[in-house]
Amino acid sequence: MNTITDPTGTPARPADSTRVLVPSGVLGLGFDREALARGVALAPDIIAIDGGSTDSGPCYLGTATSKYSQAVVAGEWQELLEARHAAGVPLVIGSAGTCGTDNQVDALLEITRDWAERRGVAVRVATIRTQQDASTLIAAHRRGALHPLSTTAPVKAGGRDGERDGARDGAQDEALVDTLAACTHIVALAGAEAFIEALREGADVVIAGRATDTALIAALPLMRMGLTGMTGLSADANTDAGAAAGAAWHAAKIAECGALCSTRPASGVILVDIDAGGFSVQPLARGACCTPFTVSAHMLYENADPHLLVEPGGRLDVSGARYEALDERSVRVTGSRWQSDPRYTLKLEGTRALGHQCSSLVLVREPRYVQRIGEWCALLEARIRSDIERHLDVPADAVTLELRRIGVDATLGALEFATGTPVEVGILLIVTAADADTALDVARLANPSLLHLPLPDDDAMPSFAFPWSPAESVRGVLYGFCLDHVVEVAHPTALLRIAAVTIGAPAGEAG
Amino acid sequence: MRVAELTRRVRAKNAGPFRLTIDCFCATDADWRRLCAALPAQRVAQALAAGPDTVTRYELPSLRVLKFSLPRPGVQGAVGDRDLHGAQWALVIEALVLPADA
Repeated sequence: MNTITDPTGTPARPADSTRVLVPSGVLGLGFDREALARGVALAPDIIAIDGGSTDSGPCYLGTATSKYSQAVVAGEWQELLEARHAAGVPLVIGSAGTCGTDNQVDALLEITRDWAERRGVAVRVATIRTQQDASTLIAAHRRGALHPLSTTAPVKAGGRDGERDGARDGAQDEALVDTLAACTHIVALAGAEAFIEALREGADVVIAGRATDTALIAALPLMRMGLTGMTGLSADANTDAGAAAGAAWHAAKIAECGALCSTRPASGVILVDIDAGGFSVQPLARGACCTPFTVSAHMLYENADPHLLVEPGGRLDVSGARYEALDERSVRVTGSRWQSDPRYTLKLEGTRALGHQCSSLVLVREPRYVQRIGEWCALLEARIRSDIERHLDVPADAVTLELRRIGVDATLGALEFATGTPVEVGILLIVTAADADTALDVARLANPSLLHLPLPDDDAMPSFAFPWSPAESVRGVLYGFCLDHVVEVAHPTALLRIAAVTIGAPAGEAG
Repeated sequence: MRVAELTRRVRAKNAGPFRLTIDCFCATDADWRRLCAALPAQRVAQALAAGPDTVTRYELPSLRVLKFSLPRPGVQGAVGDRDLHGAQWALVIEALVLPADA
């Protein structure tokens, strides 16, 4: 086998391998600059980075916003554009702006345009838009193309991530139509084929809306190994194609969180070399190591089934994977398998408004109240509820009250097992109501009780500590994830919109 | 004997907005075998107030890991959810007291 030996002494790699440089687990989180420069010097074939996740909660998709500082994201993205320019290879990002809505794709496109114009460089940019109209999905649902992933059934070993059996009824069908219609935003998670199509457009930069974390890393190796056509990747697990695709997807899963698969998780930069027989992985920060343990353990992370990873169009099975240390900091992985599914599906994410929230925080330091905090909270809740009933013209069930006792059991609630008397307790009142005015009015109505409510045997009126004015904080709309479904599509990019444009300096004047 | 004494780390994390996964990492094969013998899925379900048949359990000897996956005790970020990333539920599992012969 022909091999390439890197000047820095990194292990030799097969000449037909695809080298993917992953700067960090997500754009905005920071990366080791020196390690990134080392990665660029190691001649990657592509630079790939994830831009988002559902993991920070439903508000970001709910409002089509990014969780990270715009200044940080713009700075890091420009650094990666420079790195791409220096390496002369494509740069791809998926799940732009945390949630992957179309406006977040546009935001990264604008940063790219500013950079290209300022630097006088022509950049061919492909965009993959994955936001969905409710009407399109309602029509798909009427055709029977939406399939639920179970939210309450057991997580089934070896199953498609808890997919329910086909029992459907009319009421459930109509409830799903209502849910789709109520969504503030819906995105589909693009698979590898969308990135391959974008790369075939000759893209220097690919900016995708929501995508699976792995698809953007797996795409180029799958493409170079000739494993995908217009109908998507088609490979059986026990064939050479199944093994080659397994290597690409497994490498992608290991690298998708950056250096989390190494002994220095926060260092960011990871390099994977993928060929038809397997892949090798190494971290690029000084002092970081990948070991068979750190690499194999990463398959557990945020993944319900440790052997299977379900992706658009198929599933990765790592139950037969072997992990071998190449040296003290690199690992070679073989034996992973990909099995294509008979149908191609895209996972959907959607959010809807669940209500409006206000919160208040009051600090109780007075020892006799701290010692009787459970009793005091019960009194407090009863007082607020009776005040709502007396003063507000809303049904009792239209307002949800939560009193979380910070210092006692705010994190674990009824599951808290530790006991003892804290120095002080923060009482966090969370009001959820159907409209913003009611939520704020309930929080204001609760204010005097939070401040002054005495225990029944207390003659003096206590005053507890509000940490700020106003005591009430308007939290705005509460959003909730409401879709746990896949949509079956005729071909991998059927619901996605891929376009390419050249920006910056005219072609031929590139610097 | 608590789970914490047989593990070097217990990690809980969302697996998407609707599911939770808990990884119990043991330091030795002996600890892992004792943990596997003493911690059935039903015990984890009970500890997290989950349905008795909703927890799937995986024994991973090469990693010395015992893993549990289940529907999230509440949908991430919905009314009543106390921990967006689901990480603190690990403490409930760490604190579980195992049978005396474990």
